[in-house]
Amino acid sequence: MAAPLTLLVILSVTIRAVLYRSSLAEVISERVEVVSPLTAWKRVVEGLALLDLGVSPYSGDVFHETPLIIYLFHFVVDYAEITFMLADVITAVALYMAVMDYNKQVFRKQKYALEADRYPLDCLELIRSPKEMYYIPLKVAMFYLLNPFTILSCVAKSTCGLNNAVIALFILTTIKGNVLLSAIFLSLATYQSIYPLTLCAPALLYLMQRQFIPVNFRRVSFWWFIAQYAFMYLGSLFVIVGLSFFLLGSWDYVPSVYGFILSVPDLTPNIGLFWYFFAEMFEHFRLFFLCVFQINVFFYTIPLSIKLKEHPVFLIFMQLAVISIFKSYPTVGDIALYMAFLPVWSHLHRFLRNIFLVSCVLLACSALFPVLWHLWIYAGSANSNFYYAITLLFNVAQILLVSDYFYAFLRREHHLSYGLYLKRKDGSEATLVLK
Amino acid sequence: MGLLSDPNRRRALISLLTRLNSPICVVCYMAGVAWFMGLAFEPFTLRTYMSENAMGSTMVEERFPAGERALTTGREFSAHKKKAGGMPVDWLVKTMQARGLEVFTQRFSRKLPFPDENKERYMVKGTNVYGILRAPRAPRTEALVLSAPCTPGDSNNQAVGLLLGLAQYFRNQIYWAKDIIFLVNEHDLIGMQAWLEGYHHTNTTGMDWSPLQGRGGSIQAALSLELSSDVITSMDLVLEGLNGQLPNLDLANLFYAFCQKIGVLCTIQGKLQRNDWDSVSGYSHSVQTMMLMVMKQASGRPWGDHGLFLRYHIEAASIKGINSFRQYKTDVTTIGRSESPTPVLLLLPHAVTLSLCLHWVLHASLRPPRRVLSVLTPLVISHLTGVALYTLPIQFQEMAVEQFPVSETEAVVLTAIGVYTAGLALPHNTHRLLSGEGTEQGWRVLKLVAVLYLAVLLGCTALINFSLGFILALTLVPVAAFVTPHVPKVLSAFILVILSPACTLLFSVFFFQELQELPVSFQEGWLLYLSVISQGILDHFLYGSLVYPLIALLVYPCWLLFWNILFWK
Repeated sequence: MAAPLTLLVILSVTIRAVLYRSSLAEVISERVEVVSPLTAWKRVVEGLALLDLGVSPYSGDVFHETPLIIYLFHFVVDYAEITFMLADVITAVALYMAVMDYNKQVFRKQKYALEADRYPLDCLELIRSPKEMYYIPLKVAMFYLLNPFTILSCVAKSTCGLNNAVIALFILTTIKGNVLLSAIFLSLATYQSIYPLTLCAPALLYLMQRQFIPVNFRRVSFWWFIAQYAFMYLGSLFVIVGLSFFLLGSWDYVPSVYGFILSVPDLTPNIGLFWYFFAEMFEHFRLFFLCVFQINVFFYTIPLSIKLKEHPVFLIFMQLAVISIFKSYPTVGDIALYMAFLPVWSHLHRFLRNIFLVSCVLLACSALFPVLWHLWIYAGSANSNFYYAITLLFNVAQILLVSDYFYAFLRREHHLSYGLYLKRKDGSEATLVLK
Repeated sequence: MGLLSDPNRRRALISLLTRLNSPICVVCYMAGVAWFMGLAFEPFTLRTYMSENAMGSTMVEERFPAGERALTTGREFSAHKKKAGGMPVDWLVKTMQARGLEVFTQRFSRKLPFPDENKERYMVKGTNVYGILRAPRAPRTEALVLSAPCTPGDSNNQAVGLLLGLAQYFRNQIYWAKDIIFLVNEHDLIGMQAWLEGYHHTNTTGMDWSPLQGRGGSIQAALSLELSSDVITSMDLVLEGLNGQLPNLDLANLFYAFCQKIGVLCTIQGKLQRNDWDSVSGYSHSVQTMMLMVMKQASGRPWGDHGLFLRYHIEAASIKGINSFRQYKTDVTTIGRSESPTPVLLLLPHAVTLSLCLHWVLHASLRPPRRVLSVLTPLVISHLTGVALYTLPIQFQEMAVEQFPVSETEAVVLTAIGVYTAGLALPHNTHRLLSGEGTEQGWRVLKLVAVLYLAVLLGCTALINFSLGFILALTLVPVAAFVTPHVPKVLSAFILVILSPACTLLFSVFFFQELQELPVSFQEGWLLYLSVISQGILDHFLYGSLVYPLIALLVYPCWLLFWNILFWK
C-alpha cells in the first residue's frame, strides 16, 4: 500500500505548494480561526528577530512558543514552508502506520474471541472482516492530508502542525509498544502545550494491556509499571525543560508559555469558548472561572478512563477531541487531528444517529465564520455576539459528534456481549438509550 | 437531549415531517414572502425616528445667507469647465484658496478592462481637488467630507457653487470641532475611489494615483451633493452604497428631521412618504418604494458618490436636488441650511431552505453516501463552468473583436451570455463521457448536496446583502424544491431557465423601469440589460463589487447542479 500513500503525499504537497505561491497565503495566515496567539507565524518571526538582536524573545508579550521551537526555526527559517509540509507528511505517515498496527491487533483479538465463542450468535454481522479494514490506514492519511482545515493550517504556517506531528509520533510509538519513546514524545507534546498531559492515562492503559499487566490497584506490577513510566516521562520532561533553560539562559519562557496557556490573558477571538466569556467577566471572579474552565479540560480523563479502560485507543481519540474543543486557544489544526481518526471507527456507522446534522452544522459554521467576522470587524453591522454564537454552535456540533461516536462505540460493545436484538424481560423489543 | 437520543420520539417527529413535507415547504415559502411584504406595511415598521444617542436636530441652528453668491460661483464654475474641457483645476484651486482653505490636488489614471459605453470612457485620467478647513482647536484628528462631483456638460454646477459658498460661510464660524474637507472629484466614482484609496493608504483595485499631500484625520461622516438646477422642489436622499451597504439610519433620520424643520420636501427613492397606509394605493406606494430600494441594494452598485465611503466604515449619504413640476420650489439658500448640521429592520425568513434541509434529512439514507465520485463530477464541472464565466469574457475580448464585428463591451457581454448558455448543454455531454446514465441513488445524493450548498450560500449572501439574498432565494428556492429527474422535462426545463439568475436579472430590469415610472419597450429593455451586465462586470474590477463574482462563481454553479439533476437520466 506504499504506492497509494506516496501518491497521496505527492498530491497533498502539490496542493500546499500551489497555495503557498498564491495570494491566498497572506489572507489565510491572518484568519483568527486558523492561527492563535500561541501558534501564529508572525509571532515566531518576531521572536526570531528579537533573538537576533540579543534581547529575550519573551519580552514584549508577543512570542509564546517554547525555546525548542525558536531554535528549530533559527536554523530552518528559510525553509519554513518545507518544514511545515514535512510535519504534515510525518503526521500522516505516523497515523498510517499506527492505525495499520492497531487494526492488526483488533483483528487478532477478534479472532481469539470468535474461537473462544465469546460472541452471541446473532451479532455476527458486527464482526469486522479484513477486506473492510484494508483501506482504513490509507483513509486515515487521506482524512488528515486532504482535510481543508489541515491545508489552511499548513498554508498559514501555524505551529499547530508541528504539535500535531509530535502527538502523532507519540501515538505511533505507544501503539507499537515502545515505552521509552512513548514517554519521550509525550513529554515533548506536554512541553509544547500542557494539555496532552491527559494522554498519559490512555498511554498507560494501552501499554499495560500490551504487556499483560492487569489494571488492578492492588497489584504491585500495576504500580511498578506506572512508576517506570512516570520516571521516564518526568525524566525526559526534566531534561527538555533544563535544555530550554540552558538554550536561552533564563526561566523567562515558563510564565510566557505556560502562564499564558493557563491564565489566558489574550482575548483575541478564536473558535474556542474562553475569549467572550473572559471579556465579559468581572475581575473579581476571573480566577474562579479560569480554574473552572481549565479543570474542565482535564476533568474528563478520569470518568472516560474508567469507562473505556478496555479500549485505550478509542480513549486517545476522545481525549484528543476533548482537548481540541476545550483548550484555551484552539484552532482548526487541532480539530483536523482528531477528525483524522474517524475512518478507524467507520464500522460504527450503523449506530451513529446524528452524523448528518453534525456535518451540516459544521459545514454551515465553517462558511459563516468568515462572513460574520467580516460583518463585525469591517462592515460594522454585527458585533461579537454574532461571532460567538457561531463559535458556540461549532463547538456544540463537535461535542455532539464526539458523544455520538462514544454512544455508537459503547452500543456495539454492548451488542457484542449481549446480542444484536435485545429483549426486555417480558420478551418485547428493547432499545438502548444513552443517558 | 431527548430529541437527539431518544429513538421513539425521533421516529414520531420524522414520520410527521415526512408526511407533511410539501405543505410545510409551501407554507414556509408563503410565510417568507408575506413577511417580506409586511415590511412595507405601516403598523409593522417604525417611521423615521431619532434614536437616543443621535444628535438632536432641535439643538442645531441653521443659517446660510449667501444663496445668490453660491449661484454666481456655480455659473463661473460652469464657464471655466467649458473653457478647460474638463475639470478647471487652476480656477478651483484659486477659488478655494481665496476662501481660506488649504488646497491640494491628486492625479489619478486607470485603464478600464473594457470600454464603458454608458459613460464613454476607456483610459481615464483626472484630477481631484480638495480643500481642508482646519478646526480652530484639535485639527487633524477627525474630519467631515462634503463633496460634489464634477461631471462634464451642464450638470452639477450648482452643487459645486453651493459647496464653495458653504466653504466661505463655514470659514467665518469659530466653533468647528472637526476639520471639514470640501472635495470636488472628477470622473465621479473613479475619482472618489482614487481619493479614498489615497487617503487610507490602501490599493485594492489597481488604480494609479498620486499620494495625497494633505490629510485631516479620520473621517467621521461624508455627504455628497448633486444639484443641477437653481431651484428645486424636493431633495432626494440616496443611501445605497457598494455591495448593498447602507449608512447608519440615524444619518438618514437626522436629514429627514432637518428637512421637515425647515420646510423642504424630502423624498426617498424619489417618492414622498404618505400617510394613508391603510388604503390599497397607500400600501402599494410603500411596496413600490421598498422594491425600488431592494432592487438598488441588490445590484451592489453605489448609487451616489457616497457609496464608496461605507467600505471604510464612514457613514455617508448623497443628496440629489430634484426639480419637478411642483408648485412650491426651494432655493439654494434653504438647501444650504439643510446641509449644516434612513430603512428597514431586516429579517431573514429562511424557514424555506430549512424545511428543505429537513426534507432531505429524512430522505437521505443514514449511511454515508458511497458514490462520492458520481457526485463529485457534476460539482467539479459546474464550478469549472463558473470559473469560465468569471474569467473568459475579459480574457477573450480581443479575440472576439477580431472574429466578430462587435465592440469590446458587446464582446464581453455576449461572451458572458454565451458561456452561460453553453453551460446549459453540459449535463447531456458529461453523462455521455461518464459511464452511461446516472443511478437512482446518485441524483438523490446530488440533490442533497445541492440543497445544502444553496442553503449555506443564501444564508451567507443574505447576511452580507439582504436584498440580493432575498431576490436569489425567491427565485432559486422553488427550483430547488421541485426539481427531480421524474418531472416533465420540457416544462421543467423552461421553468428552470425562467428562474435562473440571468433571466431574473432580465425581469428585474423591466420591473425596475416600471417602478421608476419609465417603462421601456422590449428592444430598449434588452439593450439596458446588456448594459447592466457590462456595468456589473466593470463595477467588480473598478470598485470591488462582489455581485459579479458571487453570481458567476457560486450561484451559477449551484443552479447548474439543479439543471444537472433535471437531466440525470
